[in-house]
Amino acid sequence: MAEKRTYEVVVIIDPKTTEDDTTNLINTLVQTIEKQGGAIVKSEDMGRRRLAYEIDHKTEAHYWLFEIDGSGSEIAELERRMRVSDLVVRYLTVRVDLDRRRAAKFKAKRTRRAERKRNSAPARRQQQQQQQPEFEMEEAAAIES
Amino acid sequence: MAINDNDTENYQEQIEAFEPDARSIRGGGGGGGGGGFRRQQIRRKVCALCRDKVDIIDFKDIRFLQAFIPERAKIMPRRISGNCAIHQRMLAEAIKRARTVAFLPFVTD
Repeated sequence: MAEKRTYEVVVIIDPKTTEDDTTNLINTLVQTIEKQGGAIVKSEDMGRRRLAYEIDHKTEAHYWLFEIDGSGSEIAELERRMRVSDLVVRYLTVRVDLDRRRAAKFKAKRTRRAERKRNSAPARRQQQQQQQPEFEMEEAAAIES
Repeated sequence: MAINDNDTENYQEQIEAFEPDARSIRGGGGGGGGGGFRRQQIRRKVCALCRDKVDIIDFKDIRFLQAFIPERAKIMPRRISGNCAIHQRMLAEAIKRARTVAFLPFVTD
């Protein structure tokens, strides 16, 4: 698996979990990722939030966000761990490198087009300005003769 | 006669001055728009996300996604928002992801 992939993982943790248990859980998750050869780019506490709908009769929960560089095998292991854990209410893994690459492509395309526009518009205006006096002189010559 | 000639000239100048304006109203993009010309109703809306140069839609950006969710929590259809196909697809994907992590509701009652 030579290909490098980037994932975003959102973990929803049971609101009843104590702070110590939460840090323990996060640490074990980080360890599982690193043991499988994944690199943690970002590990962010999103805090307690209200859920948009009830999950297991809970109305709010603790969110945690990971960003992981890896091959995919660490995601499989991570998800297995989270499925087993009672503290994890839900999780969502999203592969983001493809979308980011596409976004970069869009951006490059736009800057290229903008450059072309910038190069062509003033150049054309200059040409017109240069052409106009010549044209008038020709006309004048034609009228004189 | 001389006065008459002058008048028609002035009138033509006015037409010429007005014409580019009229054309821009007909061709100009941008959603919404006030009253006035009847043809404004027919005019195709321009994708707001293309205009704002949105390349990536993050499912965690709830404030942004909420603009495309009417009161019943459904995904706003393209014929109303005027989004282009590419952006509508990105948006729908992001909204569905946001729903699975309970950032957004599936239904509201």
